[in-house]
Amino acid sequence: MPDLLFELFSEEIPARMQERAADDLKRLVTQKLVDAGLDYQAAAAFATPRRLCLSVVGLPARSPASRSERRGPRADAPEKAIEGFLRAVGLRRDQLETRETKKGAVLFAIQEQPGRDVADILAEVLPDVIRNFPWPKSMRWGRGTLRWVRPLHSILSILSKEDGAQPVVFDIDGLRSGATTEGHRFMDPKTFAVHSFEDYESRLRAHHVILDTHERAGRIWQDAGTAAFAQGLELVEDKALLAEVAGLVEWPVVLMGDIATDFLDLPGEVLQTSMREHQKFFSVRNPKTGRIEKFVTVANRETADQGATILAGNQKVLFARLSDAKFFWENDLRVPLAEMAAKLAHVTFHNKLGSQADRITRIAALAREIAPRVGADADMAEQAARIAKADLASEMVYEFPELQGVMGKYYAKKAGLPDEVAAACEEHYRPLGPGDQVPSAPVSVAVALADKIDTLTGFWAIDEKPTGSKDPFALRRAALGVIRLVLENGVRIGLKDAFSLGHAEADRVNLLTFFHDRLKVYLREQDIRHDVIDACLALPSNDDLVLLVKRVRALGDFLASDDGENLLQGFKRANNILRAEEKKDGVFYEGAPEVRFAEDEAERALFAALDQAEASLGPALEAEDFAAAMRALAALRAPIDAFFTAVQVNADSQIVRRNRLCLLNRIRDVMGRVARFEKLEG
Amino acid sequence: MAKGNKPRCFQDVILRLQSYWAGKGCAILQPYDMEVGAGTFHPATTLRSLGSRDWAAAYVQPSRRPTDGRYGENPNRMQHYYQYQVLIKPSPPDLQALYLGSLQAIGIDMDLHDIRFVEDDWESPTLGAWGLGWEVWCDGMEVSQFTYFQQVGGHDCTPVSGELTYGLERLAMYVLGVDHVMEMPYNDPDAAIALSYGDVFLQAEQEYSRYNFDIANTDALLKHFEDAEAECRAILSNPVQDPKTGKHIVMAQPAYDQCIKASHLFNLLDARGVISVTERQAYIGRVRALAKSCADAFIQTAAAGADAA
Repeated sequence: MPDLLFELFSEEIPARMQERAADDLKRLVTQKLVDAGLDYQAAAAFATPRRLCLSVVGLPARSPASRSERRGPRADAPEKAIEGFLRAVGLRRDQLETRETKKGAVLFAIQEQPGRDVADILAEVLPDVIRNFPWPKSMRWGRGTLRWVRPLHSILSILSKEDGAQPVVFDIDGLRSGATTEGHRFMDPKTFAVHSFEDYESRLRAHHVILDTHERAGRIWQDAGTAAFAQGLELVEDKALLAEVAGLVEWPVVLMGDIATDFLDLPGEVLQTSMREHQKFFSVRNPKTGRIEKFVTVANRETADQGATILAGNQKVLFARLSDAKFFWENDLRVPLAEMAAKLAHVTFHNKLGSQADRITRIAALAREIAPRVGADADMAEQAARIAKADLASEMVYEFPELQGVMGKYYAKKAGLPDEVAAACEEHYRPLGPGDQVPSAPVSVAVALADKIDTLTGFWAIDEKPTGSKDPFALRRAALGVIRLVLENGVRIGLKDAFSLGHAEADRVNLLTFFHDRLKVYLREQDIRHDVIDACLALPSNDDLVLLVKRVRALGDFLASDDGENLLQGFKRANNILRAEEKKDGVFYEGAPEVRFAEDEAERALFAALDQAEASLGPALEAEDFAAAMRALAALRAPIDAFFTAVQVNADSQIVRRNRLCLLNRIRDVMGRVARFEKLEG
Repeated sequence: MAKGNKPRCFQDVILRLQSYWAGKGCAILQPYDMEVGAGTFHPATTLRSLGSRDWAAAYVQPSRRPTDGRYGENPNRMQHYYQYQVLIKPSPPDLQALYLGSLQAIGIDMDLHDIRFVEDDWESPTLGAWGLGWEVWCDGMEVSQFTYFQQVGGHDCTPVSGELTYGLERLAMYVLGVDHVMEMPYNDPDAAIALSYGDVFLQAEQEYSRYNFDIANTDALLKHFEDAEAECRAILSNPVQDPKTGKHIVMAQPAYDQCIKASHLFNLLDARGVISVTERQAYIGRVRALAKSCADAFIQTAAAGADAA
């Protein structure tokens, strides 16, 4: 069974595109092979900075022959109909077959496709995949019309069998596929021929190219870790950087270098960010001091001087970069935070929402109001809010926007501000996503809530709500942040009240609905059904999310129990009858039922049970003990069941019938104090 | 290249690049005689990358970026610096190898250094241009930009030009092992009158930094901007048939000069801090509109390969 080896050799492919491109190559080629009737045993794709490679193992030598049959018109159909059919199938009249069917003699077109040689199929499939490859960005070069991620230099495509390899030859935009590839750009820039995937992989290795990204990443991680460990240090994990660096080299060589002592006092985050963003260096930490003290760079080659020149060059570039960072750090420390914050008066936040300074003033006022509800000191919350975003005007954050908040924390500490205030600078941006940690320090929580509520009410006030997939101001994330801050810290706050502290023009009802939608998404991930949430949303205080979720969880638990399940059925029966009769009679049976009109024991028992349940519900709801409330409802299950067994609601006596309908209404009312059961499914 | 054969001064680096690219068949042009922000603005790049005519040119271009002025104090940031620019159309298949040869020519030993092509796509909003390519790293330092032009002035580039841009001061400092640009030898350090880069440019950096940041008359600059914009449009509004000579003369290049002027005036206004964030986009859009009109005009000319009318 032949195996395919296919390599596209080009100028340097952006690291971030390589993995996806390898996946696409595999998917597109194998899909077309299967479509052509060629099943295969296994396929694997690889990427390096200069090549995409696909290996498909166990292809058949030929695609299977196929036979298709198409039913046409009756043999005695009008000439025009038969001509149309002949045109459609591309045959002559004498090539059709006539068969007797229940409907008489009918014409059939039988077409047989012989199997095709796998090499012929590949010679069509491969150029087609190249021409239509889904690069995120592609280009032309020279006089060509072909598009590829960067200029494509050669194509290797061979079918290998036990008795040798055969090239799959095709031309594309002046390039002819062949059986050769090239080694490492600098260490082994030779062209060589290969005859199988194993041969290709081992020759590449001999020519200083490691084909598999994961092997390159593994080698980098291991060598860097070993180098650090040998000096009693540890490598700072950075998976994204590792993946990127593995996409920048074909022959990784790890070099560890020193960070000049002048820079060791810079915040670790600054060293790490500068080295990662500008130089793609890994950070190496000293576990004893907790400081970043060295770096690891990954070169793409070995050299006669064991990388000494390369390391010296990298070290020099790092020195210049960190000199800049140190310059920013020292300049920033000279500026009092209040002065930094004042500069934000000239920075626009949004043209309809004023400057960053305006925004900070609003957040500070809000944080003050929110503080007592989260157990924070109001003065401290306000102070924290006033400086929490000051670092946006710092030189360091201008250079490294990802350090916002982190720098504020350092500058606040250096200024001798309370720890709570410094922590709030960093933490008030949180949570940044569903997986990010939620702050729990009261001052941080107050500022984080104030920040997000100001943003949400602000954008609601100017009608810039998220639509569909568009959410340019990350308002969904802000709402989820409020939800998590409130729930995880048990913050008792009415959101509508909180909104009223923000922008007055915001449509608070609409914003609350937006929050409820986000809450449903959040709770769905915890396997809570949306109808359970809907059943609770219709009750008062639905803007107190802690209360709301307590109710939702209790109801969910109750419905999962036998009592809950049965009570729901009893409720539905009562509700259905009541609704149907109300509709028929055109009235609402909202009057109080009277026990004196009860005719049956089961009926009287239900009256008693409802009285009892109501009496228990009051204190349970007062205490927000929803489990107890559910238990009180559970006691209704048996009397309701017994009532329906014993009693015909539609009695002959109008008085009795009316009384019974009012009794059903009372069931709905009593249960409705806990949740709107009619919103539940099932 | 032997290790002893390293350049010894700034001009040596320039001369070696000139002779290298001359040897590879490029026309060695001189700087364009106008203030530009980058070598790309030279008509030998912007305009010549349009149309179907083949082209190969290399040149030094003094470049001005008023906002980068640091009074000559920053080790490598200045409001005036040199770029070395190479443009070859169509881009030859061995452009990467040619480029690496140029690094060797200025004394970078390919066996000892780590050269990397790191993704960096180029876009010039003022020229309505973009291309794909890399920044080239030597031992972690960016030494050049390498771009395959895809679009200029809103027109698809067919054929595609390959563009190389070297930041000469930074590259030379690296090759010469100098830490501060002003200390870099400009001519032969053993010459009777040895001059450093600072001897030549330090005073100018101070003068222009002060002028650009604090003195430039913004009202006059705004007026000049409007004038250049109007002149560009006026030039292009003329009929292509010259009534005096009776010849077909599209005035794309004089119009493009006005576009270059407008672009530099915008940069000066930006350095004076009188352009707000929202206005900024509008000004860039106005310069882009001019660049586009000039490109539209240029592709009708013989230099772009159009049939002479």
